[in-house]
This record gives sequence, C-alpha cells and structure tokens, in this order.
Amino acid sequence: MTVGNDQAPSGIRTSKPDELHVVRQPLPRHDQAEKIAGSTRYAGDFAFASMLHARLVRSPMPSARITARDASAALAVPGVVAVLFGEDVPHNLIWVDVPGQTVEVAALKASMEVLTTDRVRFHGEPVALVVAETEDALAQACEQVVVDYEELPAVFEPDQALAAGAPRVHETGNLLSEWVIDRGDVDAAFASADVVVEGSYQTQPVDHAYLEPEAGVGWLDDEGVLNLRVATQVVEHYRDVARILGIPEARVRVIAPYLGGGFGGKEDMTVEPYLGLAAWRTKRPVRMQWTRQESLLARPKRHRMQLRYRTAATRNGQVIGQDIDITADSGAYAYLSALVLLYSSVHACGPYRVGNVRLRARCAYTNNPPTSAFRGFGGMQVVFGYEAQMDLLAGALGLSRAEIRKRNAIVRGDRLPVGQVIETEVLLAQAIDAALERAGDKPLPSGEGKVVGRGVACNLQSYGRCVWLNDSAAAWVGFQLDGSLSVRCAVPDVGGGQASSLAQIAAEVLRVPMDLITVHFGDSALNPLAGTTTATRQLLMSGNAVYEASSALRANVLRAVARTTGVPADGLALDEGLITGPGVAMALTEAIVLCRRLNVPIEALGTFFGPKGTPVVKNLQADRVFPDFTFGAHVCDLEVDLDTGGVELLAYVAAHDVGRAINPRSVHGQIAGAVAQGLGMALLEEVVVEEGVNLTAGFFQYLIPTATDIPDIDALILESGEGMGPFGARGIGEPPIGPPPAAVASAIEDALGVRPTRLPITPERVLHCIAAAGGGPLQEQR
Amino acid sequence: MTATITTTLTVNGRQICKAAPAHLSLLRWLRDVAGVTDPKYGCGEGICGSCTVLLDGEPVSSCLVLAAQADGAAITTASGLLEPDGSLGRLQRAFHVTHAAQCGYCTPGMLMAAAAALAGSQRLSRQEIRARLHGNLCRCTGYGPIVDAIELAQDEAADDRGK
Repeated sequence: MTVGNDQAPSGIRTSKPDELHVVRQPLPRHDQAEKIAGSTRYAGDFAFASMLHARLVRSPMPSARITARDASAALAVPGVVAVLFGEDVPHNLIWVDVPGQTVEVAALKASMEVLTTDRVRFHGEPVALVVAETEDALAQACEQVVVDYEELPAVFEPDQALAAGAPRVHETGNLLSEWVIDRGDVDAAFASADVVVEGSYQTQPVDHAYLEPEAGVGWLDDEGVLNLRVATQVVEHYRDVARILGIPEARVRVIAPYLGGGFGGKEDMTVEPYLGLAAWRTKRPVRMQWTRQESLLARPKRHRMQLRYRTAATRNGQVIGQDIDITADSGAYAYLSALVLLYSSVHACGPYRVGNVRLRARCAYTNNPPTSAFRGFGGMQVVFGYEAQMDLLAGALGLSRAEIRKRNAIVRGDRLPVGQVIETEVLLAQAIDAALERAGDKPLPSGEGKVVGRGVACNLQSYGRCVWLNDSAAAWVGFQLDGSLSVRCAVPDVGGGQASSLAQIAAEVLRVPMDLITVHFGDSALNPLAGTTTATRQLLMSGNAVYEASSALRANVLRAVARTTGVPADGLALDEGLITGPGVAMALTEAIVLCRRLNVPIEALGTFFGPKGTPVVKNLQADRVFPDFTFGAHVCDLEVDLDTGGVELLAYVAAHDVGRAINPRSVHGQIAGAVAQGLGMALLEEVVVEEGVNLTAGFFQYLIPTATDIPDIDALILESGEGMGPFGARGIGEPPIGPPPAAVASAIEDALGVRPTRLPITPERVLHCIAAAGGGPLQEQR
Repeated sequence: MTATITTTLTVNGRQICKAAPAHLSLLRWLRDVAGVTDPKYGCGEGICGSCTVLLDGEPVSSCLVLAAQADGAAITTASGLLEPDGSLGRLQRAFHVTHAAQCGYCTPGMLMAAAAALAGSQRLSRQEIRARLHGNLCRCTGYGPIVDAIELAQDEAADDRGK
C-alpha cells in the first residue's frame, strides 16, 4: 500500500489501481437500505408532539411599493401565534458577496431583506411570516394578512434592463456584474482566419425540481441553542441565521439530514431564517414546509443566458480566436449571480485551446424570479454555445465532429483563456473515441417520415471552489474499542453518496470493513465543519480530509505497535483487523488497547486546505481560478418525426475522466442523473415568466422528464488517476449536466441540417428547423 | 371549527383508528396523524408520485384521496414491503442491488408503483416497465437503475414460479 503516512502531502495523490482494496469497488451505498425500507427521516419527516407551523406570505406582483400592512385580522384567527414583518427581524438583511466588481458596477456587496419591508421586486417575494398551532389555522391566517401594493415600473428583459432609462430594480442600477477577458490579439486572429463562424444561442431558466421541497424543523434545546434540522446543502448557514437574529454563532446549530436532492437549489438559504426567527420568537418547536408550488414560484432558478459567439479557425481546423458576449438574467436579487457569471466566463471556450479570446459577460437585475446556483453553475449554459460553434466549424471545414474537437482538445500544459494552466492529464480525446465506439453504428430510422441524427458534445467543468475563497474541510476519524470506526464530518449528503464515499475512503486507508464504519454527517455543532456540498467540492475537500485523518490514525496505531514490538512502523502492514510484520501478528483491537496504554490517540482530526490563489478582478487574468477540471464527451442518438417535430431519444453515451472512481456505482449514478437533468433542459423544461409572473408554478406546468422520456444512459468511466481528490479522484457531481443540450442540438442538426439555437428544443422549434431545412425562411428562432 | 371525522385504516397490517379534520388527504392523515412518514409529499397535485401507496392493492396518489374516503381500506406503503423480520423484501432487495435509490425521496412511491406493475402475471418489457413508472418522477437516477430493479425482481419471481 502506498497510502497512509504521517505527512500525507496536499495536492495530487495518485494510486495504482491494483493496490486498492475498497476504493473502485461498486459497493452498495450504506444509506441505501434505509431509504428503500422507507425509514430515512428527511427534513419534513421530523416532528415534535406539539410544534407550531410556519408559512410565508408572498408578493403577488413583480414590482411594487408596499403602502400598508395589517396583521390584525390574521392574528384574530384562532390558533395563530405570530405574524411577523421585516421590522420584527432583528437584522433584516442577508448580505451577498459580489466578487471581483468595483463600485462602478454595483456595490462590492449586495443585500436582500429577510422579509421585504417597503418594496417587492419579484413575484413570490416573502413579505410576512405567519406562525400558528395548526396547518389549517396557518392557511386561514395567511389569507387574512393584508398587504397593500402600489405597482411600480418593472423590467423583464436583461438587454432592456441594461439600456439607458430602464426602470431601476435596485438603487445601484441594473448591472450587477461584468467580467471581461482580453487575451492575445483577437482582431489579428480573425483577420488571418481561413474560416469564421458565428452564432447566437439562448438558454432558458430552469428549476432544480428535486422531489423534496424545502422543509425543516427548528427548536431551542436544553442549552438554549437554536437547532435547525433542515434540507440544506450548507450547514454553515448557521452563521447567517445567527447574524440575522443577532445572537452568537455558537448558539445556532444546523443539522442536515439526508436530502431529497439539492442540485444547487438548497445552497442559498431557504427555510432557515424563517424557521430560526419563528422558533427564536416563540421559544417553541416550529416546522416549515414549502409547497411544490411555492418552491417553483419563488426559489432561485438557473440563469437564462444569451450567448453570442464568433469563432476563427485555420483551414486545418485549428481554432485561433473567439469573440464571446454573454448576457445573463439575475432576476430580482444578486444571490450568487456574479459568481455564476464568473464560471461562465472561465468555461466559455470549453475544453479547447484558444489563444486569442475576447469576452464580455454581463448580468442584469430584472423583476423576474431570482437566479442562483444550479448544478453546472454557469459553466454549463456556455456548452450550448461553444459546442454549436465546433459543429459549425466541422461543417464549414468538412471535418467530422470528433475530429474538429480532437484537433483542438486541451492537453496537459495548455492554458485556459483566463490564464490558468491545466496541470493534470486530460483524457478528452480518449473520451470522445470511447463514447463513439460504445455508441456503435448510427441507428436507422424506424419508418417513413422519420430521420435519425447523432450528436457529439464535450465539456470541461471545474471541481472545487474558487481558489481565493480559503476553502477547507475537516474530518475526525476514531476507532472504537471493538475495532469499529466512527467518521465525523459535517458534510451534507444531498443524495449523491457523499457520506458513503467518505466511509469507503476511510475503509481503504484503515482496512476496516464497510459495515463497521459509521459516518456522522451534516451537523454544524457536533461534527468538524466540511463546507458546502456544492461546486463539486466534497470529494476533493472532505474526501481529502478523511484521507488525511485516516492516514494519521493509521500512523498512530502502527507507531504504537512498532514501539512495543520493535519492528519499525514502515515494516508493518494493516490488513482487515490485523497488523502484521516480521514476527508480528496483532489483532487491531489489541493494538487499540495498546494505543490507550501508550497514550497514543485512537482518533485523528484531518483538515484539508484547498489550493490558494489571488482574487480576480473584473478583467479576468489569473494563474489559477479553480483547483482543477473534469473533462467529458457525450454522444446522443435520436429520431425526429418530420410531421410533428417530436424528438425521441434512442441512445446516450457519456464518458468522463473521473480520475479515480471511489465508488463506480455512485459515479454512474451521478453521470446518469446529471445527463437526465440535462436532457430535461434540452427538450422539456422551462420556467415560463410573463411580465414577471411565473406561469409554471406547479408540476402540471413545469415538466421534468419521466421514465418514458429518458433512454438508458451508458456512463463510461475513464480513470487517469490524476485528479486532486483522494486516490487521484476528480469531482463528477456537476460535469455531466453540461453536454446534453448541446448533444441533442448537434444530433438534430445532424438529422435535419439545421440547428436549434434556443432551449428547450420543443417540437414547435424542431418544426421551424424542418421548415428551414426545406428551404423555408430561417427566422430568428423563437 | 373544522369538522372532524374518525377514520379506520389498516396500514401495513396494523389497524389505526384516528379522529382528524375531515378534509385531510390520505397523505396528510398518514404522515401527520398516524405518523407513517414513508409516503412523501412532492407536489400535492398527483403528478410526482412520491406519495404513491397501495389502497386495497391499487396504486393511488395519496395526496389526491381524502382519508375519510378510504375508511376501512388496507393501505400498503414502502415499509409494508419488508419481510416479517424487518429485512428488505424481494422488490426492495432488487432496488438495493441495482443502486436504484440515490437521494431516495422518490423511492417509497416508486416502490409502490413497481409493486403494482409486478402484481399482474404478464411479463413486462423494459419499455412497458417505463410506461408503468410514468406517474412517478425521479430527479437523481435517470430511471435506468429503477427499471433494472423491476426487471430483476420480475425475473426472480419468474424463476420462483418455474421451480
């Protein structure tokens, strides 16, 4: 074994696959049996015998001044305990960092009120919080809260919001953030190009639509600590709740049980501040469960983006220049929009070598529902743009879609337009070949009036947070006296096997059977903080923390045995429950007792610090923005019905270099799930907002893929062993959601000769493509 | 005052008799009154299937049925599929083997749709299984492993009958 030493280095930890015993095994996840038995208690399944219920009163209009509020009728409803407005919140502000911007472009920080006091900026904005003894009293009282509104001018299109004279969503103006890249000599590149292709692409707002709507319970415990057991990807929001209530951070605890999905939608606070407020005010347990309709109505969405690309290439297909303009809709508040747009900017040229790049990306406030984190985080919308450009180039130059990509594929040592050098092995060309080989021959049409197409799309997606955010994760690993193992790490498990993977990493280093390992996760007070389950960072961060803690613990045990037996620690091996060496064969349980006798700790705390770097400014230029990237290639086969414009997905292959697959089943799960979510965005999903009014606030209107919409997804795992996670793993949570919309558009273009440029690709839009292919007018796609 | 009504249901073989507001859905009655939390709330309008239970053997969205309407019925939820010793039942073991649960929130409802699909004697193709799951949404798996699980359970049942 090469793993496990006293000073495990940070950075890349490669491993030889044949030396691994537990890692790379497709083990059933330890959390699965309870979920299948129906006994897992999600946030909304937890209850106190006499708890209160809380609900928000939300704005019915997208832009208005609040002229009067009256709670008296609501308070008169029997069973109502409290009606709270913004004035009742001790510190009624949630601050949001807007990275990299100067005072010319909004403030350094943006804020929003917990409960808005005098102005509403989107349909569904929280105005009042009602607390009652029963759900029925609550429903009745919410109807009785009187809020008078005076309608104000509003703006719904980002382009219009940025134009002079537009109604101001915020005092600071409507430009929330702007990023610029200026690398090389773009004009010279275009002047010398053999071919230039140009395209404009539009992505739509979509909803996370996890099956578990936002929920939680709050209560004060015997120490006077405010406990919030909530569906969240970020237990560290306890700090935000403390700030809002004006109490010490040490007095708030967030417990994250297993989540019913997150996908970025439970990264910002949802129920936390309201539950905190209600429990703190009433001193009683309170439950809050958002309805699906509420969740769809008002929780932040994925950013709608307008992408304009011009690409210059040489005759032999080498891309030499790219000119990119991105406009994104932030909706009514900042949330994480500036950061999302930074991701778009850094990822905008895709997994390709482009020497000369000019990019401008802007994000505007509008009176639409806010937008924020969603799996792929701005790095995924741009795939729809840069992959369309690659297909256009392939067509213009008579190259295959695989060939144009392979000729430009990034390899180790290449530099991204932002300036970051890719330091790890990139298996992109291999992923393209593997995916195409697996796809086999293109299928034949099923009959008259049907055409078949094959699409290709590649991407890169960062894993780990921006390097200037001082990211860290801690984990504690300890032996029990019977040889079983406890792992404590406050990682929220959103359903991707986050906790289970940590058990597998500890099992590999300490050779403890998986069924003797218990992972205590998602608790901000009792477990070492591990940071957010976002940004595809947990395997990198918590994975390395558990690796370090386990390695230190292993070293402790071996040291104690060495001291007693006289055999040096590096001459000892730890196998399942047994320590062996020349003349040594000691049961692990015996060694644990030995440790206690010799004052050697049988537990260890590991803290992993992410790679560091300098914060970027508006003009993006950095040696490093992200720790590393994951690369992938997808192939999609589909059939188009020429009469109806209907699209049937026939087969889908997704190949990614995951560095090292800690649990191949979990990797398959992440890839297939992300592809399905991406296919929903490609073909079905759209948050439809008309004049600021959300028309898709229900699953009747907001369609996500069903079992009949998605084909079997073939997930191919490539392992370079070169990721920065434990054993050389790369993150895989977000990366596979990027390519599907582009792969579908690529396949439709292959089938029809005309490419859809606007998402979702509805039958109506496909019919426009069919008409255009038949010589009809190629209108701007609507 | 809200009118209350006493409802008696046999939930996974256990008779439960409770008085509750007459307008409660079966889902709310099970979760908030009877403390049976394996059926999940997902949408409240019969689209997502997270709350699917078997009502006298038939799959229903329990958010769309009034508890009082179901008075006297036998209700089966995911935990009703367990073996008498509390271990996973056949269909559940198949879900476990194929890694059919990720976040697991859709799983209790998905299991009931699967159980209903497998109740007939006719062998279902992969496409037919997908059609039977049409009313149950999953956002994590892409559905493939769930279809695998149902195929596996179906094959095992067929093997048993062949013996």
